Amino acid sequence: MMTTHEPREPERSELFVALPAIDEATTRRLHDRLVREAQTAGLLDVAYRTIDSPVGPLLLAATVKGLVRVAYRCEDHERVLESLARDLSPRILHAPARLDTVAKEIDEYFAGLRHGFDVPVDFSLARGFRRRVLTHLGTISYGQTASYAAVAVAAGNPKAVRAVGTACATNPLPVVVPCHRVVRSDGTIGEYVGGVDAKRALLTLEGAA
Amino acid sequence: MSATLLPFEEIVTTHGPTVLRVCRAILGPMDADDAWSETFLAALRAYPTLRPDTNVEAWLVTIAHRKAIDQTRARARRPIAVDHLPERPAPSEASRWDGDLWAAMQALPFKQRVAVTYHYVVGMPYADVATLTGGSEDAARRAAADGIATLRKTYGEGGPR
Repeated sequence: MMTTHEPREPERSELFVALPAIDEATTRRLHDRLVREAQTAGLLDVAYRTIDSPVGPLLLAATVKGLVRVAYRCEDHERVLESLARDLSPRILHAPARLDTVAKEIDEYFAGLRHGFDVPVDFSLARGFRRRVLTHLGTISYGQTASYAAVAVAAGNPKAVRAVGTACATNPLPVVVPCHRVVRSDGTIGEYVGGVDAKRALLTLEGAA
Repeated sequence: MSATLLPFEEIVTTHGPTVLRVCRAILGPMDADDAWSETFLAALRAYPTLRPDTNVEAWLVTIAHRKAIDQTRARARRPIAVDHLPERPAPSEASRWDGDLWAAMQALPFKQRVAVTYHYVVGMPYADVATLTGGSEDAARRAAADGIATLRKTYGEGGPR
């Protein structure tokens, strides 16, 4: 429809060059209003925010169904948002309010005041056996660990030890869905989506390491 | 890998300021907020079906153009101009903003105002301006030239030249 932009003509800025940049307050006011109206119109498919935690900044994203993604910094938050746009919906806005309860519960968890999460979760990003593994992880209680092999048995496929590892490594909801409680049969800690240090920190917090 | 759409938040961050300038230039600072909000809400609604290689700025300006026409019509139907919504916060920046320039813009005929805005504020070539506003490229060029000539007279003194 539109042709490509020809070089901008020099006269362009002559009269309008003095216009100030749009200020912060205006930007925030308009953005808040857009979030409000998008929510009301049912157009806010994915809301996100970031929070600080002892294991680094965490990206939280939620659909209308519930928490759909928790991401460590090492996963690259920008890329995570781009993949959410591709896999779920590009109607994504920075809208902290939808994640207030989750943020509060995660804070309480890291303060040692909370041993489980009550927020609704949306497993849309995990399918098939991986989803089955993730739903099973909720049965490993706070402070406990289970081996990859044990989880494979519990998820109904004893031979799928490696697939359990993959399910944990690609867990879209780390911390909240406790893949950090799955360790190697030999007692070593095993890998983790947020890095081994983060896994150790969580297990130490829970008194399991 | 085929191109995919960016999260809409990035669209707002990248193009929000330009769209706001467009809305202010065409409608003035008071009605600009409403037009901006309507533009981005409509864009958000349509966004998932947008072709990833679309010129997003031009797409948004096209939507803003339609909203500006709607608002201009609605304004013409309004009884008197004492109707600014009371709960709307005073545009903190509109006062700092070059009020004289926007006042001068408002005095231009609609056709000239949009041509000046799209060419001089957004930086669109006249061919694209013509696609957006209808009419020929020459007509768009003339409308912008006439508008700028008037602005130089009404706003020029003391203003940046």
